[in-house]
Amino acid sequence: MPEIAVNNLFKSYGAINALRDISFQVDKAEIFGIIGPDGAGKTSLFRILVSLLLPDKGSIQLAGLDVVKDYSQVRKIVGYMPGRFSLYQDLSVEENLSFFATVFGSSIETNYDLIKDIYVQIEPFKKRLAGRLSGGMKQKLALCCALIHRPEVLVLDEPTTGVDAVSRVEFWDLLHKIKKEGITIIVSTPYMDEAARCDRVALMQNGEFLGISLPGDIHKAFTKILYELTPEQGAYKLLKTMRSEAWCENAWLFGQSVHLTINGNTSENQFLSYAKGQNIEFRKITAGIEDTFMELMKTS
Amino acid sequence: MKRYWGFVVKEFYHIFRDFRTLLILFGIPVAQILIFGFVVSNEIRNIKISILDLSGDEITQKVTSKILAGEYFELHSYLAGYDQIESTFRTGDVKEVIIFEPGFSENLGKTGNASLRIVSDASDANTGRLIATYTEGIVMSYVRESMDETAAIPFTIESRPRMYFNQGMKGVYMFVPGTMAMILMLISALMTSISITREKEMGTMEVLLASPLKPVQIIFGKVTPYIGLAFINAIMILILSYFVFKLPINGSMILLLLETILYITLALSLGIFISTVAKNQQMAMFISMLALLLPTILLSGFIFPIENMPKILQWLSVIMPPRWFIVILKNIMLKGTGILFVWKETLIILGLTAVFIGLSVKRFKIRLE
Repeated sequence: MPEIAVNNLFKSYGAINALRDISFQVDKAEIFGIIGPDGAGKTSLFRILVSLLLPDKGSIQLAGLDVVKDYSQVRKIVGYMPGRFSLYQDLSVEENLSFFATVFGSSIETNYDLIKDIYVQIEPFKKRLAGRLSGGMKQKLALCCALIHRPEVLVLDEPTTGVDAVSRVEFWDLLHKIKKEGITIIVSTPYMDEAARCDRVALMQNGEFLGISLPGDIHKAFTKILYELTPEQGAYKLLKTMRSEAWCENAWLFGQSVHLTINGNTSENQFLSYAKGQNIEFRKITAGIEDTFMELMKTS
Repeated sequence: MKRYWGFVVKEFYHIFRDFRTLLILFGIPVAQILIFGFVVSNEIRNIKISILDLSGDEITQKVTSKILAGEYFELHSYLAGYDQIESTFRTGDVKEVIIFEPGFSENLGKTGNASLRIVSDASDANTGRLIATYTEGIVMSYVRESMDETAAIPFTIESRPRMYFNQGMKGVYMFVPGTMAMILMLISALMTSISITREKEMGTMEVLLASPLKPVQIIFGKVTPYIGLAFINAIMILILSYFVFKLPINGSMILLLLETILYITLALSLGIFISTVAKNQQMAMFISMLALLLPTILLSGFIFPIENMPKILQWLSVIMPPRWFIVILKNIMLKGTGILFVWKETLIILGLTAVFIGLSVKRFKIRLE
């Protein structure tokens, strides 16, 4: 039996459809990632998962509990970290942690082994007010607070947004340690590169899942030929030129280069001769997660 | 229970770490009670009056000299007829004219009824009313004294109990209960509504809701520290008014404190109710000010007597908690009466508290909106 089972979930705010027919399952001790841009519906989905919002339609089981009916049970076994930093800024690190421990009927000592690896990093600042911590520290503290009652399911809404690259890597290392404790983790992120650290990934856009796959398989959804064009300068100018060409199906910036696909009516040779004529340096490449996402967004 | 205490401790951290909160909690009450006591105090002194004595008999003269005897009124002039009244007021010096009807003592002797008219300059409505009340009080005390001496004159003038129990007619005596009712209402309701909406604004409410805490635990955890602090406030006000303004506490201290706690609870439940309606701190503050402060000042009988209000406002004042608390305070502090005289008001406050707590618990969302 899956730890999290979501079936045909719908949610709308007036005319805006935040979630459209979302279904997925997450196994115990799996890290399930949801990747999508702002406004994709990730936060709405997470709030429904932790019983903070009611879905319009559809059902969710969390460890066998219905999140609507058994919400008070669900709240005992879920650890939730909202997208915004939601701890008390005028309380110190230690006070925040012990407050949340008491709220969940636990104590710092009881589950210290679970948070030890994270807590040792912020322990030197334990007397500091939470509002004065750096972004990465804040997120680590929030993670500690969400973990302090040893939840069965950990729901993390964009935990690495606004955190520096080094701290992001550290943060994901921590998630893998937590996973080993048998805790199921569902996490959202706007960063494509973090997809690789999940066990399975769902791409989300406009309230819909574009697909769920293993991180290594995402690019398999990309069936077209992908070219990487590297101009000597002015990648953006090149992008605009490419997009104006009739044979260009989709083009996007990728660092200092432009990635593009050509439409079905144009043969490869046609493009090759064009590119040579314009003296543009190019090569065929394998699509990455980001490319796949751009492509899926375009077609959906 | 442990969860609840954890919450209370957290609330105390919030309060004691925020300088502004502390200032509102303890600075404002002291400042307000002193300001109202000293500055806004509506005691009157050396008010110039004119007398139109159409009777000119022994009793009217006695009453006149009684009125002029104290330090409140000073004689400006005797008028000769009604036509002089308006011109006298026009000079601006005279604030009040007292008119004795013709045959004043004769009427009193025959029918037991005599009337005198008090005309006061209402360009300053509040002072005008106050002067009139003072005069009335003096006339009444004259009637009373004469009754003791001779028992010949029946008690003929409508009495105002408040004046009776405040014979020195000190403004402070009237202001302290009103100010206390206002401060406690404001502090309790404002602080709770703000502290709950702050959790909403900072996003911490989202975490609290997602936790196993029950609404009751959140609400009571929020409220407990403020009951304590508002109670300390009440005691501070009482001590100040006792030592600075020599305000007597004639009744039972214990009853007074119990009633105060009850009133604080009511104010807090109002604060919680406001927080369930308001989306952010500003809105909570706005509602507290507009819905609590103004009615407390205007409709509770604190400044303007309820019996002088239009009927609609009188009805409206019935649901103003401070109105009942002021009555209770005056009864216990000034008259020294016990629960037998204030049980009705106490019941009304209890009822209002139950209504607001019920509404708040019902309206308190267990989910985000």
